[in-house]
Amino acid sequence: MGPLDRLRTPLARLDRERRPGRGRGARERRWRLNGPEDRGKPPRSLVVALVLACAALITLDYHGGTGSPIEPARRAMGELFGPVEVGAATAIRPFTAVPDWFRTHDSMRDDIDGLEAENARLRQQVHTAPYDRNKLAEYEGLTAAADTLNYAVVPARVVGLGPSQSFSRTVTIDAGSRAGLQPDMTVINNDGLVGRILRVTGTTATVLLILDADSVVGARIGNDMKVGFLHGRGVLGREGRLDLELVDQSVVPAKGDVVVTWGSDGGAPYVSGIPVGRVTSVFSSLRESSQRAVIQPYVDFGALDVVGVVVPSGATSDRAVIEADGSLR
Amino acid sequence: MTALRAFVAMIAVAFALVLQVSVFPHFAWDGIVPNLCLLVVVGAALTRGAQFAMLLGFGAGLLLDLAPPADHVAGRWALALVVVGYVAGRVRQDVTPTATGVVATVAASSFVGTSLFALSGVILRDPAIAIPELLQVIVVAVLWDILLTPFVLPVVMTMFRQLEPDRAQV
Repeated sequence: MGPLDRLRTPLARLDRERRPGRGRGARERRWRLNGPEDRGKPPRSLVVALVLACAALITLDYHGGTGSPIEPARRAMGELFGPVEVGAATAIRPFTAVPDWFRTHDSMRDDIDGLEAENARLRQQVHTAPYDRNKLAEYEGLTAAADTLNYAVVPARVVGLGPSQSFSRTVTIDAGSRAGLQPDMTVINNDGLVGRILRVTGTTATVLLILDADSVVGARIGNDMKVGFLHGRGVLGREGRLDLELVDQSVVPAKGDVVVTWGSDGGAPYVSGIPVGRVTSVFSSLRESSQRAVIQPYVDFGALDVVGVVVPSGATSDRAVIEADGSLR
Repeated sequence: MTALRAFVAMIAVAFALVLQVSVFPHFAWDGIVPNLCLLVVVGAALTRGAQFAMLLGFGAGLLLDLAPPADHVAGRWALALVVVGYVAGRVRQDVTPTATGVVATVAASSFVGTSLFALSGVILRDPAIAIPELLQVIVVAVLWDILLTPFVLPVVMTMFRQLEPDRAQV
């Protein structure tokens, strides 16, 4: 530190104590660069550069669509973070089961009673469900069933959930291209339709839940075979509902009707006949002069764990595959 | 030292991201989890100032945008966290911030960050969500972040101070 610098430090302090005027801009700025308290103010060039970088990224990705130039970066990031997420989810799994240990005998008994009642109700529902009868009547059941029989299911576990703050309802599962997965495959669990695969990495895949506001599923009402489209609302939890918009506007779905997938050509992205949910309420919109039904999905999206990905029968996979006849391969 | 600092900061952000994506969903309220990455950026801003925090915010935002299961338009979280870094960095005083100051900064940053992300989504229609729902998510997110502040911020701030004590303690 030279004598000049020693002199400068108190001078600078003096300057700062006076109100820093605009007139002394250049000298002031030079000292400010080294002043300890000036770290609060970032250089304008940095601010501009970072904001422009973000804007460029958004533009690139927004207009890129599915062939977005960001996609390779996403894939690379997925390859990097996928295994870490799988590891973290595996490590935390024993701890998430802890609350179950403290459940009392009585509460379990209550659960059993509830489940038995639900079972009976469901059995009754199955016996009376007109869906299968309708399908047979229309000679469609056979082909649909044959289609369905050609599929096998790759089991996987949910290892990561996108935060609601991001407003898109997506999850990571711990099976990827090595397990035979590809984009646009149907994801189900034992309750019904979960979603479809958006993109895969070697060890993980990203699944778009049907609750996502961008998700559209072709659906059919089991009772009268009417077709429509299911739109997600982007909300998880208790409010997790789907809106059903029927193609035939004159049809009024009944409360309690079962909604199943309509199925796409070649089984991608959705195979047909997967139960989605049931109609809880119907309301008509005067403005759009159409009927909208609210569907409660069968799947509890707040507690997703084991899911299955529908793959063609005989697909190669790095894990056991559940074949259509229930056998494990 | 700068390279080490950047490396440790990115490790911290990556750790926060994995916690946020794989662990906290088990405690989530309607899928809303504490935004740990944002907390790390605020912690960096409070100890290191806006310049470092903005750079870290950009990196953390990129991770949030690209790491699975993200599916929104990339760059949105990056923009939100750059602004968070700027805002939180400007709030910082040269004295060690008080507990109240830290909580207030976190609340303000969380509100600004989450709102900005939501707003960019509204502009890009990615996806189209009603405003009342956005507000509900933002409020819960801010509460979560405040709740986690006493556990996360002291650790993060101590870590950044230890990395380069001569610049932090003025």
